[in-house]
Amino acid sequence: MHMLSIKNLRAGIADKEILKGFNLEVKPGEVHAIMGPNGSGKSTLANVLAGRSDYSVTDGEVKFNGKDLLELSPEDRAREGLFLAFQYPVEIPGVSNINFLKTALAEIRQYRGLAPMEAKDFLKLIKEKQALVELQGTLANRSVNEGFSGGEKKRNEIFQMAVLEPTLSILDETDSGLDIDALRIVANGVNKLRSKDRSFVVITHYQRLLDYIVPDFVHVMFDGKIVKSGTKELALELEEKGYDWIRKEQGEKIEA
Amino acid sequence: MAKENQLLEEITGSEYKYGFSSDIETETAPKGLNEDTVRFISAKKNEPEWMLASRLKAFRYWLTLEEPRHWAHIQYPVIDFQDIIYYAAPKRPKELKSLDEVDPELLRTFEKLGISLEEQKRLSGVQSTIAIDAVIDSVSVKTTFKETLAEKGIIFCSFSEAVQEHPELVKQYMGSVVPYTDNYYAALNAAVFSDGSFCYIPKGVRCPMELSTYFRINTSGTGQFERTLIIADEGAYVSYLEGCTAPMRDENQLHAAVVEIIAHKNGEVKYSTVQNWYPGDKQGKGGIYNFVTKRGICLGDNSKISWTQVETGSAITWKYPSVILKGNNSVGEFYSVAVTNNYQQADTGTKMTHLGKNTRSTIVSKGISAGFSNNSYRGLVRIAKGATGARNHSQCDSLLMGDKCGAHTFPYIEIKDKSAIVEHEATTSKIGEDQIFYCNQRGIPTEKAVALIVNGYCKEVLNQLPMEFAVEAQKLLTVSLEGSVG
Repeated sequence: MHMLSIKNLRAGIADKEILKGFNLEVKPGEVHAIMGPNGSGKSTLANVLAGRSDYSVTDGEVKFNGKDLLELSPEDRAREGLFLAFQYPVEIPGVSNINFLKTALAEIRQYRGLAPMEAKDFLKLIKEKQALVELQGTLANRSVNEGFSGGEKKRNEIFQMAVLEPTLSILDETDSGLDIDALRIVANGVNKLRSKDRSFVVITHYQRLLDYIVPDFVHVMFDGKIVKSGTKELALELEEKGYDWIRKEQGEKIEA
Repeated sequence: MAKENQLLEEITGSEYKYGFSSDIETETAPKGLNEDTVRFISAKKNEPEWMLASRLKAFRYWLTLEEPRHWAHIQYPVIDFQDIIYYAAPKRPKELKSLDEVDPELLRTFEKLGISLEEQKRLSGVQSTIAIDAVIDSVSVKTTFKETLAEKGIIFCSFSEAVQEHPELVKQYMGSVVPYTDNYYAALNAAVFSDGSFCYIPKGVRCPMELSTYFRINTSGTGQFERTLIIADEGAYVSYLEGCTAPMRDENQLHAAVVEIIAHKNGEVKYSTVQNWYPGDKQGKGGIYNFVTKRGICLGDNSKISWTQVETGSAITWKYPSVILKGNNSVGEFYSVAVTNNYQQADTGTKMTHLGKNTRSTIVSKGISAGFSNNSYRGLVRIAKGATGARNHSQCDSLLMGDKCGAHTFPYIEIKDKSAIVEHEATTSKIGEDQIFYCNQRGIPTEKAVALIVNGYCKEVLNQLPMEFAVEAQKLLTVSLEGSVG
């Protein structure tokens, strides 16, 4: 049984089609890396799956745990267990990280018919997950992402992911703008969350991240669809040869 | 963007909760304003000669003035002052011995508003005690906990009663902070004011409960002109709350109040308002014109006056709660949240006038504009010559929702003393689709996300409110902005 099944997905923004027949199947416990040059549609994929309203879907279907994902509101997708680690995490001044997470967790639990967590259990959970991404205690009390450094913001995304415990996490260029230490911390956080029930779709430009988060599959995206799939060795090949090689191959295919 | 606008339009759909009107038997003055109207009001209240004389003086002065129309960033049709009823009072027996004699419809009105006039009942079940003065249209109908407070020497009663029972205090303080010559509406108020609250906290007494006045405009075609006077004698402390609502009507109703606060040496007054006058409908029809003069004076050394306001209602809000810092080391504070939605207009802020040495003032203003509304902060910080060591810190933030509203900041600074330190910070931000989507992606629905974001933005101000009020204010903010963002 697939956790996520994307079939012939076509979507875009305004009149511009960006995803042009995208297919992907993810089973529980798998980590899929999606690589590709700028403008190939990676971030569009992440945003369409999370339900950002700027994008419209024109064709295809997406099943998430057997449900029609595209029919669900963004908040219901989250409550169903889909999490997007944002490429550009958003600041919410005056709202503490803790309050934000408490609200989010209560919503998710309510959707699943659970009562809100007891305050002391919640604080325990926060403490435990904070350690996972080596976040300072005070950071949880600060306003959501406000005044955070780039690295702190990305760590905060992983921290939120750890607290909300999604079944499917999409990491949208979580490695961009991170120095090597922050990269290691973020990757460690993700690795600790890996389990047989939890899947990850890791979107990245660079092979570097995949040294730390070792994927089961690597896909290369080009012009709105996956043009090549393989194992982690494919990422190394890409690192070595660059994307021109793919471009050329695709060009030849189109000509043929 | 199109989606955002669509959602924005959806959200501006929330209803004003207090829009009902009550069928209470009412006695009114004939429409219009002349000396007879002033005499009528004074006679109705059985006022002493000096009070009538003071009213007439103000009225004659008012006649010489022109309605100010140009300096504030607001627009409205010319007000016909002859088309307003200046006095409306629920009919009642002369002497009210107990609550049983009050018109039951009137009690129901306040119950519907969530206000209990029975002392044993507490506001929304909260176990703190709040003494309430309930003012409907032109008169105070009931003041609770009067006896309990009297034991400490605290006077808390309607203004009319103070004129009868404590004429020396009224004579001494009325008009001492806001003289009738202050401005057009202050002059009008001094001539026709009908009721309001009066509080006096004697030397060294810390008022054991929150004092509160609830203002309700009910009768159609009336204006409400209330007057409130709060005095903290040496070393006294009081926290005073004010709340207000009005029925939904197509007409614009005028509310022109005057509030004066006096803090003597080491005295402290904390004044909080949650203003929720009817703001008009979605097309901008109807609503209250809230033209109010509020000012306090820190007369003695080490005294403190703090204004906190949450302004969500009224078609037009035009007010500047101010502090004159006369005593040395005195402190003035102004914390404000002003929300405008649909076609509401607000021009609000404060004036801090530093006269004494080492005086300090803090201004925190948060404006939120949605719909087609306009929201302006206007503030003056004045440091007089000789006010050595004066300090001010001002922070004015504006939050925009959608692209059809406006936010404006007009800070004025006048410094006559070289030793002054004055800081001004201002920001403008937009509540973004990005912030909402971020919340959505974490499982939080849009309505809750807006509430979360707005309350976060206003946190500094809401933290200043007494507990019960803060909870109310948070809910009110959410309701006022319901549907205003996508």
